[in-house]
Amino acid sequence: MPSFLHSPTDKTPTPIDRIIRHRGIVLNGFILLLLVPIPLAFAVWKLAPATVQAVLSSQWAVSLIMLAVSLLIIVHMCAVCILAERKLSAYIQDRLGPNRVGWGGMLQPIADGIKFVLKEEVIPARAEKAIFVVAPCLAFAVSLLGFAIIPWAGEITWPWTDASGNPVTVTTQVASLDIGLLYMLAIGSISVYGVVLAGWASNNKYAHFGGMRATAQMLSYEVPLGLGLLVIILSSGTLRLEEIVNQQATTGVWNIMAHPVAACLVLVAAFAETNRSPFDLAECEQELIAGFHTEYSAMKFALFFLGEYAHMVTASAFLTAIFLGGWSLWPGYDPLAEVHTWWAALIKFNVFWGKVLAVIAFYMLVRWTLPRFRFDQLMSMAWKGLVPIGMVMVIIALAMNTVGLRPDPAKGFAGNFAYFGASLAMNVVVIVVTMAIGARRPPVTGRQPNLPPVQA
Amino acid sequence: MSVIEAIVFYIFAGLLVFSSVFILFGRNIIRSAMWLMAALGAVAALLLLLGANYLAAVQLVLYIGGVLVLIVFGVMLTAKSPYIRYDVKLHEQIAGFVVGGLLLAGLLVALLNSPWPKPPGVVSDQAASVRDFGERLLTSYWLPFELVSLLLLAVMVGAAVLARPEKR
Repeated sequence: MPSFLHSPTDKTPTPIDRIIRHRGIVLNGFILLLLVPIPLAFAVWKLAPATVQAVLSSQWAVSLIMLAVSLLIIVHMCAVCILAERKLSAYIQDRLGPNRVGWGGMLQPIADGIKFVLKEEVIPARAEKAIFVVAPCLAFAVSLLGFAIIPWAGEITWPWTDASGNPVTVTTQVASLDIGLLYMLAIGSISVYGVVLAGWASNNKYAHFGGMRATAQMLSYEVPLGLGLLVIILSSGTLRLEEIVNQQATTGVWNIMAHPVAACLVLVAAFAETNRSPFDLAECEQELIAGFHTEYSAMKFALFFLGEYAHMVTASAFLTAIFLGGWSLWPGYDPLAEVHTWWAALIKFNVFWGKVLAVIAFYMLVRWTLPRFRFDQLMSMAWKGLVPIGMVMVIIALAMNTVGLRPDPAKGFAGNFAYFGASLAMNVVVIVVTMAIGARRPPVTGRQPNLPPVQA
Repeated sequence: MSVIEAIVFYIFAGLLVFSSVFILFGRNIIRSAMWLMAALGAVAALLLLLGANYLAAVQLVLYIGGVLVLIVFGVMLTAKSPYIRYDVKLHEQIAGFVVGGLLLAGLLVALLNSPWPKPPGVVSDQAASVRDFGERLLTSYWLPFELVSLLLLAVMVGAAVLARPEKR
């Protein structure tokens, strides 16, 4: 065993321990990182207010700032998520989890990162080298692309005016695209490649099977995802993510309240798209060693790992924006819906991330609670369960559109109560009917009927 | 066209030409597929640059996310050896050059004879909005739209029939 790794019996500190456990170094680093930017920003503001105003007034600069901020948050979020996942799984399995590095295991992500960097990179001799190297980069990069269209905190109207005396308003979105949700679907369909190419380039049959499974799964679950999103597009009448969020905030009806079935469809499809349990057949250990990343080691494996978490954060952010009201504080009357000051934007930003964290926690709970599906169960659930329900929901949304039951941003919660009540009632009817149909059938075990019975 | 736009345009146009050449001269079919992905992505980027957001998204969803995945999928499922290479025979090359040359000639004739809108760089935002696109599809162009959907429906039914297990 190399000297820098822990051995279960040897408790003498390793070189990494000496760095990480030197709390003075780490603590000072944190204090520097946290406290230096504040006086720095204040000093810049005091020295050159006109320049700062000019920079903050341009949408370009704000987009770049939001890009940097959200990318930084996400990349660090991945590390924190990995630690949180390990701690949560330990809690669920009645273990302790990582608790050696830093304060009760708080610095474990740093140790993990150092470990990944120091490990040996192995490229199999018969692997397709170029694609073998590109695949993890693709997986990671694509999972970061989705962040461009998330409306983090609505619009900001700055306290100063421009040269002609008009108020300056910028949006906290990196890119405000009129194809919003289509962009999201497009990114989702590209994310197949990282996995399938990794599986193919490894020249390993288990990896190949993992890649194949992942492709079939992602292609299948894109259909219910699209149908669930179509319900929201039909009811809100726009593809722009920021308008969907604004509608939810001003009407006070979050889409998860009015369209719970569509929310479930998209949630399940998002689970499948991120390749996480109960949909992690692509890396199913019992059958496929480690699936598509069997041959990957060190940083290339870490890229897959980070990509999975980045994808999870993206999916949570999308779910938050589309169904959970985005930056809106609570359903009903949102006091900040029409307030566009910078402090309101800060509050909204935090509210948004609070919701994202809640969705991520839900993801993790599900992962460590539910067992994995079998492949035929997975396929029949998508094509025989989710797709018909999704089609029924689309027809219901169309019908509600035709009779004029749709959210009206000009009215508040009371004005939209008819829409909300009707939509919820239809959803409840669909749920009851689906459960009744499900109860009439024999339970789906996925057992093939033409197999001989199991001998006792 | 601003300087940044010009730079971005030349980057993606260069990528498009570069990757198209690699599609042609690649011997490994999956690598060719990857270069095809880069080419299609570059086209999507050019469409985005023109303000045709909807077309760019459709390009990504249909070609990269649909057609190309199926190509890769099919090749991987049917390949006998892990890395298939294909060698192009001489008569195939000649046929390819003839067909490609005819296509190029036709395109050149069409391009050189068509009146270009002036000034060439200006694209109105309204022309490309998704709402307009959808309304045009369902009003002015409803017949081709419905015909295409009928065709797709027929294809789906046919695929389902072909994939159905034979009854014994």
